[in-house]
Amino acid sequence: MLKIENLTKVYRGGKVAVDQLNLDINQGEFIAFIGTSGSGKTTALRMINRMVEPTSGKMTLNDKDITKMNPVTLRRSIGYVIQQIGLMPHMTIRDNITLVPHLLKWSKEKKDETARRLIELVNLPPSYLDYYPAQLSGGQQQRIGVLRALAANQDIILMDEPFGALDPITRDTLQDLIKDIQQRLNKTVIFVTHDMDEAIKLADRIAIMHEGKLIQFDTPDNILANPANDFVKEFIGSHRLIQQKPNIKTVDEVMIKPISITIEKSLDEAIRLMVEKRVDTLFVTDGDNRLQGYLDVESFTGARKTKKSVSECYEKDIFYVKTGSKLQDSVRRILKRNLKNIPVVDEEHRLVGLVTRANIVDIVYDTIWGEEEETVQNKKELMSE
Amino acid sequence: MITFFTENSSDILLKTWEHFYISMIALLLGVLIAVPIGILLSKTKYVAKVVLSITSVLQTVPSLALLAIMIPLLGVGKVPAIVALCIYSLLPILNNTFIGMNSVNENTKGAGIAMGMTTMQSIILVELPLAIPVIMSGIRLSAVYVISWATLASYIGAGGLGDFIFNGLNLYQTELIVGGAIIVTLLALLADFLLGKLEKWVTPKGLKIEGGRTS
Ligand SMILES: Nc1ncnc2c1ncn2[C@@H]1O[C@H](COP(=O)(O)OP(=O)(O)OP(=O)(O)O)[C@@H](O)[C@H]1O
Ligand SMILES: [Mg+2]
Repeated sequence: MLKIENLTKVYRGGKVAVDQLNLDINQGEFIAFIGTSGSGKTTALRMINRMVEPTSGKMTLNDKDITKMNPVTLRRSIGYVIQQIGLMPHMTIRDNITLVPHLLKWSKEKKDETARRLIELVNLPPSYLDYYPAQLSGGQQQRIGVLRALAANQDIILMDEPFGALDPITRDTLQDLIKDIQQRLNKTVIFVTHDMDEAIKLADRIAIMHEGKLIQFDTPDNILANPANDFVKEFIGSHRLIQQKPNIKTVDEVMIKPISITIEKSLDEAIRLMVEKRVDTLFVTDGDNRLQGYLDVESFTGARKTKKSVSECYEKDIFYVKTGSKLQDSVRRILKRNLKNIPVVDEEHRLVGLVTRANIVDIVYDTIWGEEEETVQNKKELMSE
Repeated sequence: MITFFTENSSDILLKTWEHFYISMIALLLGVLIAVPIGILLSKTKYVAKVVLSITSVLQTVPSLALLAIMIPLLGVGKVPAIVALCIYSLLPILNNTFIGMNSVNENTKGAGIAMGMTTMQSIILVELPLAIPVIMSGIRLSAVYVISWATLASYIGAGGLGDFIFNGLNLYQTELIVGGAIIVTLLALLADFLLGKLEKWVTPKGLKIEGGRTS
């Protein structure tokens, strides 16, 4: 879909920021550019939407030469999320989200409809549409920045360290969100980051850059398994290399059967079920076994007198992983967010399993068996993350 | 003093109106000329330096001299006065438009361009709305200048409140001088107040949020 050949940028003054870059990116791929500061990631990204004009080389988008396209039209067809968010402070959230549709002269109804539909995608209430950027937190603003890049159905979205300035939890949430949106809407995303964990978590393929040159371009697993040279090895960090070696387990292999309750049941039934199964958390599902939230002891206390049914007092905010996710990633999230466990859902969001803190033990066990000595230290690193 | 106001009440109204109207036309012309030029200058930094230094030289020409120069060029009356006052109003507006446009956050501007705005759309949809508070304070400053200097316009036969003051000087009547000066001052304060209201009204709502980060 996007083909980059021998792309080079020499800035005035002779600085070679990007040197003979070659990339072939498919529709629907999530690509991460990663590299040290000044390695030319931003420059490469900005040449794609012609915010920076290349010195030489060729770029084609669906077989059309990018350098021959009208830059204004091109930019309206490519979503761009910048690091500094860059929302228009004088425009409402609605107008910010539908900025590109406005430039494309969509009707007011269509714009309003788009804004309403999109804001739900990032779990913000529609009332926020009338707010101004200054009334939103940094994380909320960055969500709007992401929506702005989606509003005109752009197929390609460029993101330049979009979550760099956010706290780890917000960042984690937004990472999930963007990955989910990308998969659901089948977008092609090119994502610049400094953070190897972020790249491994999100990307289908990672492009490692150094001093303007592309060092390695491959899937995370392949890069971790076969780093191209010492620079890449050092860059990904030894702890990740070792971690990756034991057979890469997925959550499916270790997950247990979760205890769940359907949403229309009464609280009495819920408590009876908890006592019977000796668990402190019940996962709440709808009639089709789709995960809706959870119910734990804390959500009951006090609520029992006033509330009668599960639907009234379950927690809707819930973290989950998809089937096929790597066990290590899931465990890392359990630790990072201090969760008791993480439910596993399938493509249709149906509850299929549960990964618990007990699985940490599995990992440690695996690592020790896989790698004797070294791994004790490795375990510590994993735990401290 | 009171007799000044009671005896000349109809005359005062007329002269105040005259004064107000000369100043406002001069100011309006100044805005119409200086704002677009200021916008253009913000796009060409090199030319901007030259133009801004020329206008600041113009600003230092004594006002009376500028008015006197107008006589051979445009004769006497309201037109030359308005032209001269208009020239005076240019610099603050020009300066502030230039500064206002340049102080718009680079990220915000860049985001607009990256979303596919043309230069014109960027000016109209982003830069101008964000520069408005700064431009407006330039206009307010000019308004106060123009109203006080319009007093001198009487000297070339343009009328206005300057008539009282010049008469007072000729006839040694202090209350004419003081009375005229008081009204000029009040007029300047009033104009500033009204423009302040206007400024609030035209400033985009998103920039007025308490504790908010404006760009
Ligand atoms: N406008 C410019 N003029 C001259 N040199 C530039 C310009 N922009 C970037 N450079 C240089 O080009 C090189 C690559 O910059 P670039 O911004 O692409 O790096 P990056 O990989 O995005 O870095 P970071 O991770 O710090 O954002 C740097 O050495 C930088 O100093
Ligand atoms: Mg960068």
